[in-house]
Amino acid sequence: MADVAMKPVDPVRALSRRELRRLDLAYQPGFKPVAWFCILLLYAPILVLAVFSFNENRSVTRWTQFSLKWFRDVIANENIQAAALLSLQVATAATIGATICATLAALATTRTLPYRGMGLAYIVINLPLMVPEIVTAVATLAFFALGRVVLGLDLGVFNINLILAHMVFCIPFAYLPIRARLSGMDRILEQAAADLYATPWQSFRYVTLPLLTPGIIAGAMLAFIVSIDDFTISQLVAGPGQTTLPIYIWGQIRRGITPATNAVSTIMLVVSIIFVSLVFFLGQRRRR
Amino acid sequence: MEKQIAVEARGATKIFGTGEETVRALDDVSVAIRENQFFTLLGPSGCGKTTLLRLIAGFELPSAGDILLEGQSVTHLPPYKRLVNTVFQSYALFPHMTVAENIAFGLEMRGLGKAETAKRVEEMLALVRLGKLGGRRPAQLSGGQQQRVALARALANRPKVLLLDEPLSALDLKLRKEMQIELKRIQLETGITFVFVTHDQEEALTMSDRIAVMNFGKILQIGSPTAIYEHPTSRFVADFIGETNLVEVGAAAPANGHVRLRFAAGNEVEVALPEGVAPGGRATVALRPERISLTRDAARMLTGRIDNIVYFGTDTSFYLTLDDGKPLLVRVQNREGARRSYEVGEQVGIAFRPDAVQLLRD
Amino acid sequence: MAVAAAPATELARVKAVVGRQTALRRLALLAPALFIVFLFGVCPLFIILIYSFLESGAYGGVDWVFSTDAYVSFLFTRDMFDPSVMSFNSSNLEIFWRSFLLALFATAASLLIGFPTAYFMATRPRSTRTLWLFLITLPFWTNLLVRTFAMMLLIRDEGFINDGLIWFGVIDRPIVMLYTDFAVALGLLYSFLPFMILPLYASLEKIDFRLVEAGFDLYANRAKVLRRIIIPLAKPGIIAGSILVFIPALGAYITPTLLGGGRDLMIGNLIALQFGGSRNWPFGSALALILMSVVLVFLMIYARVSSERNVQHG
Repeated sequence: MADVAMKPVDPVRALSRRELRRLDLAYQPGFKPVAWFCILLLYAPILVLAVFSFNENRSVTRWTQFSLKWFRDVIANENIQAAALLSLQVATAATIGATICATLAALATTRTLPYRGMGLAYIVINLPLMVPEIVTAVATLAFFALGRVVLGLDLGVFNINLILAHMVFCIPFAYLPIRARLSGMDRILEQAAADLYATPWQSFRYVTLPLLTPGIIAGAMLAFIVSIDDFTISQLVAGPGQTTLPIYIWGQIRRGITPATNAVSTIMLVVSIIFVSLVFFLGQRRRR
Repeated sequence: MEKQIAVEARGATKIFGTGEETVRALDDVSVAIRENQFFTLLGPSGCGKTTLLRLIAGFELPSAGDILLEGQSVTHLPPYKRLVNTVFQSYALFPHMTVAENIAFGLEMRGLGKAETAKRVEEMLALVRLGKLGGRRPAQLSGGQQQRVALARALANRPKVLLLDEPLSALDLKLRKEMQIELKRIQLETGITFVFVTHDQEEALTMSDRIAVMNFGKILQIGSPTAIYEHPTSRFVADFIGETNLVEVGAAAPANGHVRLRFAAGNEVEVALPEGVAPGGRATVALRPERISLTRDAARMLTGRIDNIVYFGTDTSFYLTLDDGKPLLVRVQNREGARRSYEVGEQVGIAFRPDAVQLLRD
Repeated sequence: MAVAAAPATELARVKAVVGRQTALRRLALLAPALFIVFLFGVCPLFIILIYSFLESGAYGGVDWVFSTDAYVSFLFTRDMFDPSVMSFNSSNLEIFWRSFLLALFATAASLLIGFPTAYFMATRPRSTRTLWLFLITLPFWTNLLVRTFAMMLLIRDEGFINDGLIWFGVIDRPIVMLYTDFAVALGLLYSFLPFMILPLYASLEKIDFRLVEAGFDLYANRAKVLRRIIIPLAKPGIIAGSILVFIPALGAYITPTLLGGGRDLMIGNLIALQFGGSRNWPFGSALALILMSVVLVFLMIYARVSSERNVQHG
């Protein structure tokens, strides 16, 4: 008796789940199952793909036993090694180039009064996001072919063709987070620096750049992901012998699938997931 | 001995925008601010006070005119070559640096030695009473503490002039009162010229040595707080500073620097003619509500009817309608025994001494 | 007067110098990005514009002879024996129409799934919301080829779904899903669903929930609040999401090639084919430009809508 009197009944606890839901103004019937279905749709395929890359059997759908042999095969495969190396080289070069270009461009298009040509510059930088990938791909192919025929330029040397083609679409991806970071940055901080005797260069070096760094890192990571993941443009632009990892995977898929294809794909997925997680959670932490 | 002039603006004009959408934020403003003064630019938002401050700091180029620091034109110098520092409204503390690093920033930029810098930072932390917080980041401080850091960061450079752009507006009332006293103390202690921008008339009156009241990009009146409050020369100043009654009167032709004003109840008052005032037949005068009183005697200046009586604790406000239909406010202090029992709807007279009358320019 | 004039001209001179310096610095900063994107992103588009008016070369490439054949052959076929006789050929139009329908289906389906999902996300507590946002963002950035391959594994005749259904005894022979229009439509939905959810979420999250409370206060039920308050307020997100799904779906290349099996083409494959096996570069260029102009129309609608949105909020 005394015990009951001591504990006040929690009025919310006493309600059933259904009653609680009735009180939740945000609730809409059926939305929750749809949301979970959405997650299932997005993740089930890649999960199945990843699981079967650990299958001991040659089949990519009938599970027999856990094994790492396909990953060992992949790592030992010289073709895959070469493809991965090419992908890494192209992505690294394109990322560095694109991030530098994007950072400079972002500095010129933020925190200023609108000037003549700024809108146009913005459109040009973001154009690669608006043109369908297949159009960019065939146009770049035609462009390089023309360069080869008319000017005798072979841009296949040092993979310059791939690097340039990748830079074009990496620039807007790097530009957007850097620009967002810059426009969210109060101009008053640079004015404060100038007020405290910092020359324009010192103000950039000690105030703007340190505050911009997270944006630059995010931009570079996104550029790296889109470069290393690109297939459509690479496939059309690449010359003979220029096999990036996605081109290699494409060839495998068309030739006949083995769990080794799953294993390469899984590795690519994991790389993307790591990068995106870093960008996402760094961004979230900064926002707080 | 006359003090030196620390800052001067000569015909400073700033026009924003182009074509048809131009805004004259500052319109041919000339003002000289003497050393060691607490000088306040007071006005409503958009009156040009912040623009004038930014011209002095060097963040904007004037459209016309000249800015001088200690007699030298600095109009074309970038901010980092001017020996003035600013306390920004939003504080503008560098979020990626500690409090101490923020304060040291200006000193490092000027290439002061490490030891000297460290010493100066310590001094500043002590001056603004933040002794132990040097290692914190701005985000870990309260609004009032951030305010002090901003102040310390600017003062560390021992500027000729300190510019303060509404620095207290983000603080709550209690903290604002504290900081007003604190700012005044620091100004007296350091002897640095403060140019303080605010829209808060009470803040301006309590802290300043001199006040410039601005509106529509022009300075309307410059003077001590008492002069500004007691002797406003224009409608705007009379109305903006404190509460005031504006009353239309008849004016005789001025003679010997004096003019006779005739009030509605028929009585006349002779007042000194302020500079630049030329009444022609009619004039407007300002009457502070606390300088006038209600009366049932025949010796009265105006008559009206009481519409409403509001009790405020320390005093009581009477809202009247004058015979000519204009409103009038009378404030009477609630001293013991001084309470008179006026009632709503009663016809009463209004009396005041001649020195309560302030003749306005417009 | 003369004294006053001197600082005025000095001021004008300083202003001109500052203005010129600022303009020069901007140009220098913009130059690298603009150079790369213009030369290797915009110029190629002009090249295919020129190519589309040339004759096809015998061994790929082009012959530098002006011709409108590429555009004519979009709708007409020349008679094999008498090139002056042309007959109407609807096969290219059919491919465009198919692409259009498939893209439309993908857009509608992703809206149907995406809206409840985005709404559900937006009404979660802050920490859970971040996690949901992450889960939706992740596929957006993962390799499209790998994801399409994963879908292929799932819906093959001997794929995960068919094997599972047979094992449970629901069916005794596999349902043919791969290499059908259904597969392509599903693939497009799966590929571009995050493009729908993210803008929807952005506009739903911004809605002031007090408006919903006001709706309930004024006797609306859940369905009416959804229809009369939430959906109208989310309209910018709905339009943005729809266009962001429709455009890449219309020009999709990987999805129809892998899941459609290359028999029933979409515009994307058709274009790629002209630069590969069948080698008709002018025709491929013309197709690419036609696709490009369709996309431009939708982009202009998008720009209109988003600028209206800015005006409303600004």
